[in-house]
Amino acid sequence: MMGELTKLTLAEARDKLRAREVTSLELTEACLTAIEGAGALNAFVHHTPEIARDQARAADARLAEGDAPAMCGLPIGVKDLFCTKGVPSQAASRILQGFLPEYESTVTSQLFDAGAVMLGKLNMDEFAMGSSNETSCYGNVVNPWRRGNDDTALTPGGSSGGSAAAVAADLCLAATGTDTGGSIRQPAAFTGIVGIKPTYGRCSRWGIVAFASSLDQAGPMTKTVRDSAIMLGAMCGHDPKDSTSADLAVPDFEAMLTGDIRGKVIGIPKEYRMDGMPAEIEKLWADGSAMLKAAGAEIREISLPHTKYALPAYYVIAPAEASSNLARYDGVRYGHRAKLAQGDGITEMYEKTRAEGFGHEVQRRVMVGTYVLSAGFYDAYYNRARKVRALIKRDFDDVFAAGIDAILTPATPSAAFGLGEMQDADPVQMYLNDVFTVTVNLAGLPGIAVPAGVDAQGLPLGLQLIGRPWEEGDLLNTAYALEQAAGFVAKPGKWW
Amino acid sequence: MSIAPETAARVAKLARIKVEPEALPALAAEFNTILGFIEQLNEVDVDGVEPMTSVTPMRLKRREDVVTDGDRQAQILKNAPDAREGFFAVPKVVE
Repeated sequence: MMGELTKLTLAEARDKLRAREVTSLELTEACLTAIEGAGALNAFVHHTPEIARDQARAADARLAEGDAPAMCGLPIGVKDLFCTKGVPSQAASRILQGFLPEYESTVTSQLFDAGAVMLGKLNMDEFAMGSSNETSCYGNVVNPWRRGNDDTALTPGGSSGGSAAAVAADLCLAATGTDTGGSIRQPAAFTGIVGIKPTYGRCSRWGIVAFASSLDQAGPMTKTVRDSAIMLGAMCGHDPKDSTSADLAVPDFEAMLTGDIRGKVIGIPKEYRMDGMPAEIEKLWADGSAMLKAAGAEIREISLPHTKYALPAYYVIAPAEASSNLARYDGVRYGHRAKLAQGDGITEMYEKTRAEGFGHEVQRRVMVGTYVLSAGFYDAYYNRARKVRALIKRDFDDVFAAGIDAILTPATPSAAFGLGEMQDADPVQMYLNDVFTVTVNLAGLPGIAVPAGVDAQGLPLGLQLIGRPWEEGDLLNTAYALEQAAGFVAKPGKWW
Repeated sequence: MSIAPETAARVAKLARIKVEPEALPALAAEFNTILGFIEQLNEVDVDGVEPMTSVTPMRLKRREDVVTDGDRQAQILKNAPDAREGFFAVPKVVE
């Protein structure tokens, strides 16, 4: 019974809670037990059972009074990037060791207001920089999925790898993620779950440790599209504390899930057909397109001519913003400070603190960002990348103006790979994981990964749908139709 | 363009990250791989294109220029590695 409770979707659990068939405390205890038994996955890195039980009791009291907001009593995990009051929030970095925020991020605060229960904090790549969860100061997350009977440990993807593994392994009903270049959608695809990055400005960034401020967005990672609709509604909305937060009404996303996509026009961008794309990914993409067609959508080939330049532009803009954002970690106001030698001054303090506190990938990106912003290179790199970004966005504007409602692409260029497999590859090889997702961040659009099939080794594969700005409701509905047609029900066999 | 270890050392200094001299050649090599990848951007015709400043056209909201928050000294100093007498403490800055 306990094990079964953790397998519930948000929607199923919500309905059972409201029908008083189960209590939030029972659900919460079931999840806490599952988490305790899943140390091998290394998904939860800070456990908050006391907070969870208190919140569950409060939710049960609300439910008893007939006051049951969207997330009331539903146990979730929170990515370590979100500042949670009095609970370690260290972005998987040594430099924030011991940091206990005096405040709550807007997104988690809204989730708690909506009745959600926090089970703990979830592992991730350090400062959300990575695609395999191998840059975390807590060590790798392990994907609950394995290749057939092979026990090779696979990556859950990154940077929201802990969130993805925890949801796929039924340790929590859903989790928060963040996405700067694909960090929700790539791990969702690698673990057979749903993840949506909303339009830039939908979710407040206040209280989320910043990586690249013009690209970062929070979003839900869930078992189904319906769950994403429910949780996204609770996460987003205008926040005066984030100047880029959109002052727009939040529609009832769940009510928009009719599954009816007749007459919708779905674009298939020819530039996403990469050289050397695995046949399985190509087939998955064609199958997805056929499913949407069978559901009544019109399929149209489109062109997004600047696609090829998205990753290089991203690897100028994101490090540039990161070098600026991460300048705040100086060993003065919070987090780690290096032990100083006799005669060391403030510069030595900064340099030693940052060398000890930041991992290799973070150091590399901060330095690349510093370089592209330095005198003499600013125009050649940074300004040029921002111009290319404008062209990438224009490509999308043009196809939407021509009547395209959503764009279908693969979510990732491969299924989950083995931990350590990319160790000897150069950094650019790892960056290629985001080739299909990064355009969406550069253009500020909503994008969703939906599990659509398994490869020959039994690993999940995902498709991505990209929507018009602010039309997450319509996007979720198209994703819902795709989810229904794909009928993905596979689950990882429990080995942990 | 190729980055020499001396340039890598200058960038590390600007970024305030201590890099040991023996690690500089490998770091420079990594920069070269990444910058080589970025060089592709030179193929794009960007004549007359404005650099993007905001992905969604929006006017930043304005508000009254009044104090809305503050008086939180204890909270602000709470996470400091070294705080004394209501201030952040750092190594001596001025001789």
